[in-house]
Amino acid sequence: MAESNVKSILWTPILRRNPIALLVLGICSALAVTTKLDKTLIMCAAVTFTVCMSNMAVSLIRNHIPSSIRIIVQMTIIASIVILVDQFLRAYFYALSKELSVFVGLIITNCIVMGRAEGFAMSNNVRDSFFDGLGNGLGYSLVLICVAIVRESLGSGSLLGFKLPVLGNPDWYTPNGLMFTPPSAFFLIAAFIWAVRTVYKDQQEKE
Amino acid sequence: MWNYSYDLFSLFMRAVFVENLALAFFLGMCTFIAVSKNVKTAIGLAIAVVLVQTITVPTNNLLYNYMLKPGALAWLGSNFKDLDLSFLGLIVYIGVVAAMVQIMEMILDKYFPALYNTLGIFLPLITVNCAILGGSLFMVENKYDFPQSVVYGLGAGFGWGLAIMLLAAIREKLRYADIPAGLRGLGITFVICGLMALGFMSFQGI
Repeated sequence: MAESNVKSILWTPILRRNPIALLVLGICSALAVTTKLDKTLIMCAAVTFTVCMSNMAVSLIRNHIPSSIRIIVQMTIIASIVILVDQFLRAYFYALSKELSVFVGLIITNCIVMGRAEGFAMSNNVRDSFFDGLGNGLGYSLVLICVAIVRESLGSGSLLGFKLPVLGNPDWYTPNGLMFTPPSAFFLIAAFIWAVRTVYKDQQEKE
Repeated sequence: MWNYSYDLFSLFMRAVFVENLALAFFLGMCTFIAVSKNVKTAIGLAIAVVLVQTITVPTNNLLYNYMLKPGALAWLGSNFKDLDLSFLGLIVYIGVVAAMVQIMEMILDKYFPALYNTLGIFLPLITVNCAILGGSLFMVENKYDFPQSVVYGLGAGFGWGLAIMLLAAIREKLRYADIPAGLRGLGITFVICGLMALGFMSFQGI
């Protein structure tokens, strides 16, 4: 019983209740960092780590937080974790952290982190909260990595710095510069949402 | 002097159109998508963002220059002149944003009850709006001085507000459109944002 519970907590947010596609959370960074796959992977790792840790921390002290100041407590916890991540990136991945610029800091206001802390960790035990954080982090990563693969391969003909067979050959394919610009990110996320909602019909919005 | 004010003007235009926080940097997207269903609420949110942005960016600028940046505490005495507190930046900025929002809510409630009633629910939302924090972070990264940060805050807030009002206006018209079922609501909103971003890109180079 307990086993399957953890499993469902972990898997539901990845596809069934994807934080980006269904709940429109945390899109800001999702669009901005996906021009290159290596940037995206670092960002995904950072967000997954942050949401796991903040969920655990909030869940640990959930019975001691007065509800009137809970938002500011959560915010402080999240901000401290993000500072850790930021300092770590600066120490070991300096070039990438320069490229990510403000977006590491903006994990603080990423609504996924806040939303999970408020919506899940405040009312569940530490273990479940950890897996919920992991699931949501991975669900977020899934969308980002898909988008990044499309953008980098179509935009520059290479992936993680390696030339791709057909797309990397200038005789066969002219790299599409539009992929590096903001609009393409919007279109790709729209396509992703469309795909998910065609499979899971119950997520469609009625007007 | 004239040159300097010309620079400020071009900074403002750049913050509004070219480096639009919403459409070029994707900041504040969550609220951008969620609160753009009709024009009236969008205008309320836009005003709130402009107000908060114009206050927090200069405040954070002062804090950064006189408290946080390497050697900034020199005015406390020579013991402190090597101190580098810039790693505390994130937590300070978000604290300032939260505090400013709270203070503004109280001031508005006391002196401008009509405005408070229109903005009411949006003010707390703004604390977790990445456009606000993003504005402060960009200000630090681009090393703006105090007047520049005032102008930048105003411009960034104004640009974001403009974008959300335009989006809301389009979405209101969209009610009469026949959209494929899977794309309805969220999906089509993203497509519109994409088209708007394309439009705003044409401001580059002005």
